[in-house]
Amino acid sequence: MSVVSMDKSPSVAEPAVVLASKPQNPQVEALLLFLRNGTAALGLSMMAIIVVMCLIGPGLYGIDPYAIVNVPFAPPGTPGALFGTDFLGRDILAGVLIGGRPTLIVGCVAAAMTIGIGVLIGCMAGYFGGWIDRALMKFTEFFQVLPALLLAMVIVSIFEASLLTITLAIGIVGWPQAARLTRAEFLRIRDLEYVRATRTAGARDFYLIFNTILPGALPPIIVASALTTGGSILFESGLSFLGLGDPNMMSWGVMIGQNRNYLLEAWWTVSIPGIAIFLTVLAISLIGDGINDALNPRMRKR
Amino acid sequence: MTNLKQPLVFLAQSVGLALAVVVLNFLLIQLAPGDPVSVIVGEMGGASEEVIAQMRAAYGLDKSVLEQLLIYVSKVAVGDLGYSYYHNSPVLQLIMQRLPATVLLALSALTLAVVLGTLVGVLSARKPHGLLSSFVTVVSLIGYAAPVFWTGLMLLLLFSAIWPIFPTSGMVQMRAPKGFMYYVDVAHHLVLPAVTLASIYIASYSRLSRTSMIDVLSQDYIRTARAKGLPEGKVVYKHGLRNGLIPVVTMVGLQFGQLFAGATLVETVFNWPGLGRLAFESILRRDYPTILGILLMTSILVMVANALTDLAYRLVDPRIRSKRA
Repeated sequence: MSVVSMDKSPSVAEPAVVLASKPQNPQVEALLLFLRNGTAALGLSMMAIIVVMCLIGPGLYGIDPYAIVNVPFAPPGTPGALFGTDFLGRDILAGVLIGGRPTLIVGCVAAAMTIGIGVLIGCMAGYFGGWIDRALMKFTEFFQVLPALLLAMVIVSIFEASLLTITLAIGIVGWPQAARLTRAEFLRIRDLEYVRATRTAGARDFYLIFNTILPGALPPIIVASALTTGGSILFESGLSFLGLGDPNMMSWGVMIGQNRNYLLEAWWTVSIPGIAIFLTVLAISLIGDGINDALNPRMRKR
Repeated sequence: MTNLKQPLVFLAQSVGLALAVVVLNFLLIQLAPGDPVSVIVGEMGGASEEVIAQMRAAYGLDKSVLEQLLIYVSKVAVGDLGYSYYHNSPVLQLIMQRLPATVLLALSALTLAVVLGTLVGVLSARKPHGLLSSFVTVVSLIGYAAPVFWTGLMLLLLFSAIWPIFPTSGMVQMRAPKGFMYYVDVAHHLVLPAVTLASIYIASYSRLSRTSMIDVLSQDYIRTARAKGLPEGKVVYKHGLRNGLIPVVTMVGLQFGQLFAGATLVETVFNWPGLGRLAFESILRRDYPTILGILLMTSILVMVANALTDLAYRLVDPRIRSKRA
């Protein structure tokens, strides 16, 4: 990782040496490596298909996912219901298409929140050190001890369950890992020469944290973001499966939760939404693996 | 000096953490809509103003928030986690009834995941580009991406319905057998839930131990061990594994909290009579004393688990041990 962060750091101390070997712009190089990577390309195209299906699928398919359109438990392949119907006779395919929206939105926003909080706390702890570091790390440890799902369940049940509260709950319980990661990177980078040079040049704390050190710390954080997004999606579907999600919103987890009692009579009502969650998280982790490889200096062939 | 000081500092910090959880619990109660009295009154079907005032006084709700917090903390300190009106029983007693089932489930799943995961990981580390290695990569991707409750439902479908070799739910049969057969029955019920819960972790352990073993096996001391003519099995499993296991031990400690979270979902799917299902049911019933009691108890369990991990660390890694002595 260290080679990457040196490459990506602002060109304060090293341009003369680097120019001599004429490498490509490291960001461009990483992007190329990422795109050339087979698993990453697979993940990216899977994700693109899923997003497009969630965006325009419901409109194209045209069947109301909340309406009773057929007999209950119509098996897949029934005319008019490709994936069958659920215990009320609602169309499963329509549900799967619309159900991706809340899942993806909550997953992405919650992951952004998780990473945001975590990076902020990790930055502060790693940059300032001393008692600030100790206090923030105690705070982090406190959140790591709390059982995440249980706490999220409590938060969602105390405040009305809605997309907003679920997102907040996932964000609140999920950030400690990102904080620890960011802190570790900051501890490693903050005394490197280019940071010292910038500091000597009179840069303020704010500039040093966000413009000098953070870019160097980003690669592992980006990889962690992919994992966090997948984790948040699983978290959201777990909450909705338990019936603690937004009651007015069809999501993949909700579909599984509502149909689970009929699993033995109608396997498709539970299996198909689960496959949707599975494929989405799989796509995201493939992308994560791809980013990891692209940013990993050992994978670079010069 | 350090030998005595470290555990004391550790103990003080753990008590501090537990206190913080208690305070958080209290804050969550304050945030919950309606005070407990109005909830109880609602369940009783209404009561007169006088009775309500009396009850408020009995629960100390007429005092200031700070006083209430002190009362709450002092109660928790002596093991009084409150009273569940739904179950008509002290929360601590409820938790203690359910705890063994969860611990049984969590520990079986963890053991299964660690043993199986490490085994597969080590085997594939011996041939980093072999078939088994690719298999590990694929399986760990699948294990990570499948939601655990769905995995459970699919296993139910396969092994309780299509090929009915395992029971669908619960921990024992309706008519529980006596003696030795009781344990056999529990074990029979345990298989599917434990495999489901383990499925998330088998993947991460096999991946972790694979990476760690590849790293360890390329080190000099391993080459020395081979050069002096030790059999390959001894090199890998005695010299290599010992160091290769360190990240696995770390992971076990870190994942303990998550393990209980996963247990909530698995217990719900399999109707396993544990703490997680109790938490879920209590949330649906808005039985806050029970939920918060479970939250506290689980946090304490995680802290204990962390302490045990620390201990295991010292046993596995001689470098840490010598530093401490």
